[in-house]
Amino acid sequence: MNSRIQKLREDSISAVPEVSAERAALVTEYYKSVEGQDIPIPIKRASAFKHIMMNKELCILKGELIVGERGPSPKATPTYPEICIHSLDDLQVLDTRLKIPYKVSSDVKDIYQREIIPFWEGRSQRELIFKNMKEDWLAAYEAGVFTEFMEQRPPGHTALDDKIYKKGFLDFQKDIQASIGNIDENHPEARGKKDELEAMRISLDALIGFAERHAERLEEMARVEPDADRKKEIEEMVRVCRRVPANSPESFWEAIQYYWFVHIGIITEVNPWDAFNPGRLDQHLYPFYKQEIEAGTLTEERAKELLQALWIKFNNHPAPPKVGVTSKESSTYTDFALINLGGLKEDGSDAVNDLSYLILDVIGEMRLVQPSSMIQLSKKNPDRFIKHAIQIVRSGFGQPSVFNTDAIVQELMLQGKRLEDARTGGASGCVESGAFGKEAYILTGYFNIPKVLEIALHNGHDPRTGNKVGVETGDPSKFESFDQLYEAFEKQMKYFIDIKIIGNNIIDQLYARYLPVPFLSTMIDDCISEGKDYHDGGARYNTSYIQGVGLGSITDSLVSIKHNVFDRKTATMTEFQKALAEDFDGSPELHHAIMENTPKYGNDDDRADDIMKRVFNTYYGLIDGRPNSRGGQHRINLLPTTVHIYFGSVIGALPDGRKAGQPLSEGVSPVQGADRNGPTSVLRSAGKIDHIRTGGTLLNQKFTPQLLADDAGRNKLAHLIRGYFKMDGHHIQFNVVTAEALRKAQQEPEKHRDLIVRVAGYSDYFVDLAPELQEEIINRTEHQDL
Amino acid sequence: MTGERIQGNIFDIKRYAIHDGNGIRVTVFMRGCPLDCWWCHNPEGIRPRQAGQPGQSGQTTPHTSKAGQRSISVNELIQEVEKDLIFIDESGGGVTFSGGEPLMQPDFLINALEAFGKRYVHRTLDTSGFADTEVFASVLEHVDQVLFDLKLINEEEHAKYTGVSNDLILKNLRILDQSEKDVILRLPVIPGITDVESNIRAIGELVSTLENIDTLELLSYHATARAKYERLGVEFRMGDIVPVSERDLVSIKYTMESMGIKVIGGPE
Repeated sequence: MNSRIQKLREDSISAVPEVSAERAALVTEYYKSVEGQDIPIPIKRASAFKHIMMNKELCILKGELIVGERGPSPKATPTYPEICIHSLDDLQVLDTRLKIPYKVSSDVKDIYQREIIPFWEGRSQRELIFKNMKEDWLAAYEAGVFTEFMEQRPPGHTALDDKIYKKGFLDFQKDIQASIGNIDENHPEARGKKDELEAMRISLDALIGFAERHAERLEEMARVEPDADRKKEIEEMVRVCRRVPANSPESFWEAIQYYWFVHIGIITEVNPWDAFNPGRLDQHLYPFYKQEIEAGTLTEERAKELLQALWIKFNNHPAPPKVGVTSKESSTYTDFALINLGGLKEDGSDAVNDLSYLILDVIGEMRLVQPSSMIQLSKKNPDRFIKHAIQIVRSGFGQPSVFNTDAIVQELMLQGKRLEDARTGGASGCVESGAFGKEAYILTGYFNIPKVLEIALHNGHDPRTGNKVGVETGDPSKFESFDQLYEAFEKQMKYFIDIKIIGNNIIDQLYARYLPVPFLSTMIDDCISEGKDYHDGGARYNTSYIQGVGLGSITDSLVSIKHNVFDRKTATMTEFQKALAEDFDGSPELHHAIMENTPKYGNDDDRADDIMKRVFNTYYGLIDGRPNSRGGQHRINLLPTTVHIYFGSVIGALPDGRKAGQPLSEGVSPVQGADRNGPTSVLRSAGKIDHIRTGGTLLNQKFTPQLLADDAGRNKLAHLIRGYFKMDGHHIQFNVVTAEALRKAQQEPEKHRDLIVRVAGYSDYFVDLAPELQEEIINRTEHQDL
Repeated sequence: MTGERIQGNIFDIKRYAIHDGNGIRVTVFMRGCPLDCWWCHNPEGIRPRQAGQPGQSGQTTPHTSKAGQRSISVNELIQEVEKDLIFIDESGGGVTFSGGEPLMQPDFLINALEAFGKRYVHRTLDTSGFADTEVFASVLEHVDQVLFDLKLINEEEHAKYTGVSNDLILKNLRILDQSEKDVILRLPVIPGITDVESNIRAIGELVSTLENIDTLELLSYHATARAKYERLGVEFRMGDIVPVSERDLVSIKYTMESMGIKVIGGPE
């Protein structure tokens, strides 16, 4: 990378995340100014958005090529008081907590105390949600049976298709006008549609205005710029900011700047989950790249520089500050924009192009935690594509991860999507399959499957509090067969999943009614043509996910009871229950039998894997296809982010030998250290999951660098991945770092600030991780050659 | 079927074996070895020793109940190995018979090799080459690839460090050379024992007289087996010998290459 990029990159890495009160102040100012006025909610939201975009401070850094910051400076992170109002205590916690802190200045605290808290207290979406949840929901939430994604952040969870590369905002406004013209006055929702569409129009104006403000500022800068080359460059930036987003882009540079303006818009309008995502970046940018390279108006070097400038922009934008359970389930600065490379074209042919490789090189050179990156690997993609990706994986910062395009297409088709929408889709966030630009695929919360077993083992009670949180399914010591136990577990599962889904549907409606997102809606089909908001079922496809957590832990726990109590009769159920209550302190023999002589998921042992399939079918059967309030369905996926730590902390000892409070297994990976037959056995076990019925699964593998030291080793890893994908595996990611290196980093964090590891669907700085998570990553089996 | 009757004696089955032949393989470690190499990194596979007796037909080894060590039928073995068939197919891998010395159990070995052959699974034999020539020749008919150890050329030295003369081994090497199988010779680089200049030269000269075989892999010595010896309560004769340096490996490679040998492995 050249010196300009190097400088911007270093500044981005060293910038300290802080809370900026700018957005909170502007949104408050707007809402105060219209208090008492009868303005339709969507229009109010759009106008507030416009007020922010037209008045927020601009930030254009020295040497920048791509402009636009959400806050007044890199990593100055706004808050969204209309959604989640931070108390002074919250701000104190954010400022001082050990992991993932955000600096909070006394000025910010001051304005919060004077202006923001007094205005928003009692009005925020978060308060509204908790007020609307019933007792059984609150009891389950507090027991840690599930989490709730929407309590601090709106749904989000989507990615963009190619629409912005074909149309400017002025074109979208014409579409909006046409849609307004098409409204039948007799339609019962005619008024609502008109308001929503008008709101969309305003929100597009907001971004055009924001770009124009940049153009004006850049013009001023050009006038005083002493360096002739830079002056020319700034003049070009003025032209770019006047061209996009108002008009469709014509150059590579314009295309990138256009996306970035849209990104800033989406993450300023609200704080949506997973920020926003350009999706299939190599596909979208390739036509511009090819045309300009052929015309001689762009060099490979310049293209790379512009992409690097975009990468730095992503890195400048940490996730908005999270508190409470939400900060535990997603304890990271990463905001999950996941760049997709490769895969298939709309016509089903191999999509890998020159830009796919160029972007892989950018990923390898930039070594930033944001954006996340992945390759889509189809059986139609050439081997050199996966080999090139493995070269970068080998450098050991956990990127890119590898996804199975052919599985994703099948998953989306099974959910009823059109073939072309499936092929132009991919995975976003952690590992979630989606039809890019056309789907609201919302993660609603993690579901703690092993906790439900614990509750079943206590006849509906949570042993941590003694409270009855579930239903009475019988005293387990009276169970005469494993099936009886399983039935009790299944009943508890049904009970809690019903509660979760009822809650989801209420929360969906609260967002549809009180917190529309007109700007995001302009970017997702068919919100404009339907005149409906993204939060209100305006997207072509509307999916709600409940993310199952702890598949390895629940499998091994059930297998352990079956094997030791009912098959081998190593212990009675009463002895087992006593051992669990005592955290195995008084029963070392039983603990040994469980750890050493009990089948475990991850070893290609059907005695364990058959139970895994049974649990999968239970979870799938209870959720898949159940309607949500946006006209779509509930689906399942299996991923953890960092919630397996929190979920583990609310569970006592488990029958799989795990001690109280320890992390659960993550994603579809085996329990940490339970797999002892090497990577092919892990993949074979995970391959027995019916991945096609999910909207994404996450599998972690750790390799020592020596295994990938030579071509032969890397080729074999490529074969290993292809083999897993033949079994329809959805996703696999690698940590290529030695346990020894991680231990060193733990002891001397200050010397290892740059050590990036793969956590879940993202990479993070190792030293930023909570100690339990650090331990857990060290404990994930490190495959090495003997 | 004979596949059901004949039992093989193994001490481990390793999946995702990526250093024992082409592609991703499953390596079957057969128990029992007639050699007694000082540096052996699988001491748990040496016994029963049948010291100095080359592999002969009709030979079997006693059963044992030690963890990992077991007897297995050909059909059971096929089931185990083919769990990884998807990876074997994808990578052009297969099954590797190692040990111990697989040629100590020729009846089981031939049965297993034949069965895998019928199932289109690529077969590699990893051997010391110490077996009756008849046994060696008949096993050879059923393998696709041979990894053949060359340790020491001087017969006395060979006897000292491995417990047996290399006479049979060198005879079998000539048979192997005429078989036109895919062959990789493997030299364990043991500091002060096999890496001495005279041995390296002698190996080079020997290989240059072969008609078909021209590839040799350098296997670095690692002291990682020490813990195994301690666990087994067996004396570890290598003491504190440290692995050869990268520089020495490069120099061995250079010497070999100058004698017309294709060298793989060794320095990274």
